[in-house]
Amino acid sequence: MAVNAKTLNETEFFYGHKACAGCGGSLAVRIALKVLGERTISVLPAGCMSAVGFNFPQLCFGNNAIISTFAGTASMLTGVEAGLRAQGITDFHAVGFAGDGGTADIGLQALSGAIDRNDDILYICYDNEAYMNTGIQKSSLTPFGARTTTTPAGKNIHGNLTQKKNMFEIVAAHDIPYAATASVGYINDFMRKVEKAASIRGTKYIHVLAPCPTGWGIKTDETVEVAKEVVDCGLWYLAEYENGRFTLNHKPEKFTDIKDYLKKQSRFRHLTDDDIEIIKTSRNTKWEYIQKNFNE
Amino acid sequence: MAKKFLSGNEAFAYGVRFARPQVISAYPITPQTIVVEKLSEFVENGSLKAEFIHVESEHSALSCAMGASSVGARAFTATSSQGLLYMAECLPYAAGGRFPIVMMNANRSTALPWNIYGDQRDSLSQLDSGWIQAYAENAQEALDLALMSFYIAEHKNVSTPFMANLDGFVLTHTYEVVDVPTQEQADKFLPPFKTENKMSFEEPKNLGFSAGPDNNIIFKYKEHLGLLKAKAVIKEAETHFESIFGRQYTGLTESYRTEDADYLLITLGSISGLVREVVDRLREEGRKVGLLRLRYLRPFPDEEITAAVRKAKAVAVLEKDISFGNEGTVYTNVNSALHKAGINIPSSDYIGGLGGKNISDEEIEQIFTDLAQQRTGVHFIGIGGGQSGS
Amino acid sequence: MKPYLRDKIPLSFEEIPETTSYEAGYLVTKNAGWRNVRPVIDTQKCVGCLNCYLYCPDGVIYRKDGKVAVDYDFCKGCGICKKICRLGAIEMEAEKNG
Repeated sequence: MAVNAKTLNETEFFYGHKACAGCGGSLAVRIALKVLGERTISVLPAGCMSAVGFNFPQLCFGNNAIISTFAGTASMLTGVEAGLRAQGITDFHAVGFAGDGGTADIGLQALSGAIDRNDDILYICYDNEAYMNTGIQKSSLTPFGARTTTTPAGKNIHGNLTQKKNMFEIVAAHDIPYAATASVGYINDFMRKVEKAASIRGTKYIHVLAPCPTGWGIKTDETVEVAKEVVDCGLWYLAEYENGRFTLNHKPEKFTDIKDYLKKQSRFRHLTDDDIEIIKTSRNTKWEYIQKNFNE
Repeated sequence: MAKKFLSGNEAFAYGVRFARPQVISAYPITPQTIVVEKLSEFVENGSLKAEFIHVESEHSALSCAMGASSVGARAFTATSSQGLLYMAECLPYAAGGRFPIVMMNANRSTALPWNIYGDQRDSLSQLDSGWIQAYAENAQEALDLALMSFYIAEHKNVSTPFMANLDGFVLTHTYEVVDVPTQEQADKFLPPFKTENKMSFEEPKNLGFSAGPDNNIIFKYKEHLGLLKAKAVIKEAETHFESIFGRQYTGLTESYRTEDADYLLITLGSISGLVREVVDRLREEGRKVGLLRLRYLRPFPDEEITAAVRKAKAVAVLEKDISFGNEGTVYTNVNSALHKAGINIPSSDYIGGLGGKNISDEEIEQIFTDLAQQRTGVHFIGIGGGQSGS
Repeated sequence: MKPYLRDKIPLSFEEIPETTSYEAGYLVTKNAGWRNVRPVIDTQKCVGCLNCYLYCPDGVIYRKDGKVAVDYDFCKGCGICKKICRLGAIEMEAEKNG
């Protein structure tokens, strides 16, 4: 039975943290921990969620949690899982929460190693599309056109020039037992995926898009609607990879306007119509690929 | 107890096996490989019940070991040279987290130029990382150190990671007859790992947190105390060890004919064996020379050094290391100890063996001859080309 | 298991732990001061759909008597709950002490 608001564990495990108001990442962490429950050990690398949750003596994780090195989320998770198993303890979840930089850039090698070994861990990437903790610098998951402090938007260059790295399919290419994309704008879908991942042995990966009001330039109350719109306009998608097959979980009947989604965020406000056309084209290419290769 | 013909690496691997680590995470690098290969064999043949994690890098090796230690599992890793440097971020992390991981480091030169042979630049560059650092001289000591390292690192007063160093090739790959204890003896020596510094479902904890300017120094001071307290625990471990295995060790240093020595050579690692032979030969000639072998560099044996040097007329350090732009790191440390103790005798530094270059008994004899002439300064052994090295 | 406010702030040498490990969920400060506006629940309009509870990034909305209530000690006033409420049962009111 799929977990929902009524059946969800009422205990809060991530509480009193110092994340910015309206933080999408903290929502993802909070909900995942409520789904996973008490017997969970969280590993968080240097990044937003560790910076806001572990300032001695303000310790905001109600269950076991530890900060890893920036590159070491997956490898520390491996150690936690193996260490408990070696002591005969097996009824628990080892979950990692790393941002986009900690996952797709500096932590990719360790993540790949863990998937290769098929360690029994759940790795959740909360993707806010830039190095937000250090003040909004470009990561390999920053989308095309986004202004960050290291991809400034000026007359010559209109923000970030590279496309968002395709982490979901990179992970899937390892033949991982389970991988999924999600968005905090579709929280029930995310909860279902965390619940499903928790029931599968081996390595699991969930990539959840989590807007950052500070870095994206939106109001603090817009996090959830923007996280929904990014899916509705087709710039993000909700899918799963399991048993070697991709499945699309949610197909918008008609895409909402990309321009509306982009222009509401100050990181995209400088984009010209030509820039937006490039984004639209790459979205369409992606969806052609999805329609061809994903089940529905 | 059984006699076996083992290399330094193999002897260390036996010691690790007897210590019953629960998680081993390692990445291969020359000349460490035989340790992890041997441990893999032990796991395969069932003589060691451990989770062997084939990590994809040294950074992950130590990160994984920290994860295991953070839930109260006994963890081991091994590395060398570039690998040690690649995991460098995790070294102070493990020390600050007070995770009593044991690591064997096969001392090897660091690039560039590339070189796979032994010197001590790798571990000495990490001297300030907060780890206990020990240097074995021979295969027997390697095995014994492997067992003792867990005892010392995991002691509640210490709770600090332990780096056991073996000179690359000269020790790691050289075969000797080694007394191999029984598992029963080892179990009598080493209790299971118990710590409060862990996450458990009975007592949930948040670990590895941030500590701001207000109390950061307190955490760091306590980390420092852990290393200082290791001095007493090393003695305790060795006494306990002797009572079970019958072999005696002498703490942070080992003195050889130092009592009445006028000229003292301080060194570390496998070169000590040759120095000992030279000392014996010169003693026969009536020259009052002695050897002080540093078994540990952290905690630093300042009291042992000053006690050994107090009556000497001159002292030299022989090390396979150079802190570029200054002098050998061991020499810096030794001089600091002498200065604090008010010992003002000529001291000199001999840097040799870099990249595995052989140090001959003639070269060692020359150091003693120089000492008798009250020579001071920093000298590179055998660089030729008209260079004095001073 | 829920983190909660403690009376004691460990400050002295003796109170600081030996290692970087401490009791989970140990809170010593509130977040109320961050707030300019506060969500106020109209329990007449609230039907207990729990959407606001689900989407709160801080988890400060909790279930109460079939409806919801807010922990104002830790609410940051982001306003997501008001936006998410389809029944208009949540209003953001200015903090008077601001």
